[in-house]
Amino acid sequence: MSAPSSGGASRDGYGRGLLRIAHDPRVVVLEADLGKSTKSCHFRDEYPDRTVSLGIAEQNMMLFAAGMASSGKIPIASTFAIFTERAFEQVRNGIARPGLPVHICGSHGGIHTGTDGSSAQSIEDLAIYRTIPKMTVIHPCDDISAEELTAQLLDLNGPSYMRTARNKVPRMYEDGSKLKIGSGSVLREGGDLAIISCGVMVGVAISAAETLSRESINCTVVDMHTIKPLDIELIAKLSDSCGAFVSAEDHSVIGGLGGALSEWLSTNTSTPLEMVGVRDNFGQSGASSELMELMGLNEAGICEAARRAISRK
Amino acid sequence: MGDGTEVDVSELEQMARRCRVDIVKMTHAAKSGHPGGSLSAIDCMVAIYGTCLRFDTSNPDWEDRDRFIMSKGHASPAMYSILHQMGVLDEDDIMGFRTLGSVCQGHVDMNWTKGVDFSAGSLGMGLSFGLGCALAAKMDSSDRRIWVMLGDGETQEGQIWEAAMAANYHNATNLRVIVDRNRIQNDDFMDVQMEIGDIGEKFRSFGWTVKEVDGHDMSSLVDVVDWANSEDGGPVAIVANTVKGNGVSFMENNPSFHGMAPDDEELRIALEELS
Ligand SMILES: Cc1ncc(C[n+]2csc(CCOP(=O)(O)OP(=O)(O)O)c2C)c(N)n1
Ligand SMILES: [Mg+2]
Repeated sequence: MSAPSSGGASRDGYGRGLLRIAHDPRVVVLEADLGKSTKSCHFRDEYPDRTVSLGIAEQNMMLFAAGMASSGKIPIASTFAIFTERAFEQVRNGIARPGLPVHICGSHGGIHTGTDGSSAQSIEDLAIYRTIPKMTVIHPCDDISAEELTAQLLDLNGPSYMRTARNKVPRMYEDGSKLKIGSGSVLREGGDLAIISCGVMVGVAISAAETLSRESINCTVVDMHTIKPLDIELIAKLSDSCGAFVSAEDHSVIGGLGGALSEWLSTNTSTPLEMVGVRDNFGQSGASSELMELMGLNEAGICEAARRAISRK
Repeated sequence: MGDGTEVDVSELEQMARRCRVDIVKMTHAAKSGHPGGSLSAIDCMVAIYGTCLRFDTSNPDWEDRDRFIMSKGHASPAMYSILHQMGVLDEDDIMGFRTLGSVCQGHVDMNWTKGVDFSAGSLGMGLSFGLGCALAAKMDSSDRRIWVMLGDGETQEGQIWEAAMAANYHNATNLRVIVDRNRIQNDDFMDVQMEIGDIGEKFRSFGWTVKEVDGHDMSSLVDVVDWANSEDGGPVAIVANTVKGNGVSFMENNPSFHGMAPDDEELRIALEELS
């Protein structure tokens, strides 16, 4: 299960993160017939007594998790991001409303998922879970950060949703890197513009920042792995120091990371924001790279957005 | 009360009568709420709470307590009346039902009321929650039992059957369901809305052990609850044949009193009938 050193998929990090917290006997892993895909299968192999298979029945899984959490367990339930959405109301009413520490992992998020086509490409999960009170919403960018953030779920005393991605991307972190739920990680510093990104777009943001630096546009790049609660302190600081933002996410521009940023920026600052994300459209089948190009989730998209944002300063 | 204690059926009947008084008073004061499904469920709940549910009224959060999952959460007056009769809630608590800041929320809520094990209001979720509690108890080698009360209309929700399937597969021997089979749902009688047929047979086909009972005959209820607790071959369901609104003549079998409170005159008649 180790990813090649050139890159890692965040779902693999989730799988390893589960093993890292397995020492806590409260941890119970729940599956809905997608353990091999979400990577909870590694936990199952080692801890079958604390893994519960609930079949292809996501609504039942969410309330089952709530019942376990009410009995002192820390249940971690995974399926594809899109199929967690079938049980949205269960998550809202059964888990979040009573504030139970249930952790949901939706894998295969975003159009990066690729060839399975639009039915599998959740582009709205971050938005919908962000609207639920008490929910923490996380979307790591690579396997190393996903492992670390998964391990930190143990200390989170409330419900959370984490989106992971199917495919490998270049690693942004090294083993042992420090990152923390709720704090954006500054991966690159520059004073002209801040690119706030998450998931598979973080690596794209880094390349775009390099391209822009050749035009003498110096960018800060943040891996905003926690979409909720949003790291307002960091955003406020960057609003002052950079004065322009671009958001970049493999998610609809409605309601996700860009949405969260725009809510805060528009009510607290006059700093311009341009968004890179899915433009209210469904995806289709294709290779990840083809789809990302087609939908503008690429370096060129970020560079154009950056120039627009700077011109609005 | 624990297992093996001599059960005084007439004392349980008296408790159920006092609960019915609470239910009509509470809904009357709130001018809203669900008396019908509370009155149909109350005898079953008294039989369970009064004979076997291990629950410490002075420490409702005791972690090895048995759980009672009120999945049909709109019948909250039934739950609050039991907690009132057991001394967990006082008169002021229940009479504040549905008012701002009250510990007696419109639908049962574990964050608001001591002694409530589940936050309901959205039908179809409680059996899954109960199954989670049941398997957590097994993992902890605890002998706590999990009781789940379902409405018959509620069993139209697909999630109930997801949970029924999973409960048998996971051999939830500590899980007990009681279905309040009053044959009425929100809008009308079930055979007008969407009759679901033999509920017991459906549970049986998922591998459950099932019995039917007259849900208003206290001595039969005590026996069937005792039987359910002695069964250890898998999950157990009891289908309790009940009358919606039972105990108040004009509410009985009357779909209007699913979600309508008695007015002043109706309260007077109801209290007279229940005295
Ligand atoms: C998911 C969901 N859909 C609809 C409702 C609205 N509702 C509240 S009670 C009820 C009827 C319930 O009928 P039943 O389960 O038979 O309850 P009882 O007769 O015991 O009151 C409905 C439709 C709800 N609470 N939850
Ligand atoms: Mg009914």
